[in-house]
Amino acid sequence: MGLLRDLIGGVGRSALALLGGLGRGVLFLFRTVAAIFSLPFYIREFWHAVLTIGYFSLPVVGLTALFTGAALALQIYAGGSRFQAEAVVPSIVAIGMTRELGPVLGGLMVAARVASSIAAEIGTMKVTEQIDALVTLSTDPMRYLAAPRVLAATLTVPVLVAVGDSIGIFGGYLVGTGRLGFNTGAYLQNTVDFLETWDVLSGLVKGAVFGFLVALVGCFFGMNSGRGAQGVGRATKSAVVSASVLILASNYMLTELFFTG
Amino acid sequence: MIELRGVHKAFGANRVLCGVDLVVPKGKSMVIIGGSGTGKSVALKCILGLVRPDAGAILVDGQDVTGTDRESFLGRFGMLFQGGALFDSLSVWQNVAFRLLRGAQKSSPDRAREIALEKLRRVGLKPEVADLFPAELSGGMQKRVGLARAIADDPEIIFFDEPTTGLDPIMAGVINELIREIVVEMGATAMTITHDMTSVRAIADDVAMLHDGVIKWTGPVGEMDASGNPYLDQFIHGRATGPIEAVR
Repeated sequence: MGLLRDLIGGVGRSALALLGGLGRGVLFLFRTVAAIFSLPFYIREFWHAVLTIGYFSLPVVGLTALFTGAALALQIYAGGSRFQAEAVVPSIVAIGMTRELGPVLGGLMVAARVASSIAAEIGTMKVTEQIDALVTLSTDPMRYLAAPRVLAATLTVPVLVAVGDSIGIFGGYLVGTGRLGFNTGAYLQNTVDFLETWDVLSGLVKGAVFGFLVALVGCFFGMNSGRGAQGVGRATKSAVVSASVLILASNYMLTELFFTG
Repeated sequence: MIELRGVHKAFGANRVLCGVDLVVPKGKSMVIIGGSGTGKSVALKCILGLVRPDAGAILVDGQDVTGTDRESFLGRFGMLFQGGALFDSLSVWQNVAFRLLRGAQKSSPDRAREIALEKLRRVGLKPEVADLFPAELSGGMQKRVGLARAIADDPEIIFFDEPTTGLDPIMAGVINELIREIVVEMGATAMTITHDMTSVRAIADDVAMLHDGVIKWTGPVGEMDASGNPYLDQFIHGRATGPIEAVR
């Protein structure tokens, strides 16, 4: 009886903690959006965030896209050859990269790189009282720390996705023409003919949503970091895991919204 | 004048402040003493609005702090944090001039740098330090930069949170002297929390002893040694036995 009570109590406590965390997260989201649309806007912090989130993520996103596009071409060729459909490689690589793999893998790479660094940086600022210092210096941490980072990520991740899409398609092209015997002109023609504007745009919209979520989650866990090195470490880990799960879940919901019904 | 009336604050089951009553007269230097974890920092953070009290009132010049415009209210304060709390990503002069470079009263970068250099000189730092980053400074220099930041726009009220913690005795003496000089020179109301008795004697006009979430004794620093209060006596003489339970 005692064991059952402990079990039910444990489940209840976990559920309450989860709901509490969810509520704090939603409130944080509203506060961040309000901070983005209110003055003062810290333009220097914004450009710094554009540089660190966008520009410095280019190598990792580019390399990921290149190898993904190349592997995708090999897989589609191998699968397509079972029913004599090898010719679809260029179009499927293009559609797969722009609709799904470009935004999702780009988002996950940014989550690993950016959510962790934002959470660690803000978490360290919290444990060393730098956030308290900001408040005493009449500066709202939401406006100074969260708003520039979240806006920068929302605007730069779609650009990263566009670059990743192009590099991924190029990776497929390299393998298609170099290893699988496609004619270079035909490959490019096939890619262009089958790719629609909405394929690209939907991926960019996904990128903006993923960028927003990654930075938001990084800021949230950083500002709610526990004490000491362990607290910052836990905040960093939670930020990466939560951002990754949110990207995959929101990707499914956006795909439902964009491509069904 | 700063006035705390029956301030309560608990974190979960941990009751930190249990009805703190304290008055800090304008232009005076009040030092709050007490053991670690007795709520000294929480009391300070309640006044600044960094922590919201569960009950009670905090008045600054007769005005309830919860009913005032946050930016103009905080604009009257300067604070030196225990660890300095300098912004790692900004250079020393940008840290000192942080408030001067932002907000409604913002100065031009040239003017802000000029003021920052003047404040750095006031705390005994040379202009060459201005372009370094906090990570390149020693603990004592970081405290000085923190002090320069706290006084950068000549606040009416200055808070010092454990100003000498982690410093060697000579550097601690230098910081104590600087604090005393600056407070007298600016005519500011000062509130310091510490458990360093040398600091208390160097900085304080008045002393308040916080224990078990309430003020056990308050009075002029000159009356501290003859107070006859058992809590204060045990604390200032560093005795292991007495009404304050010492965990071994």
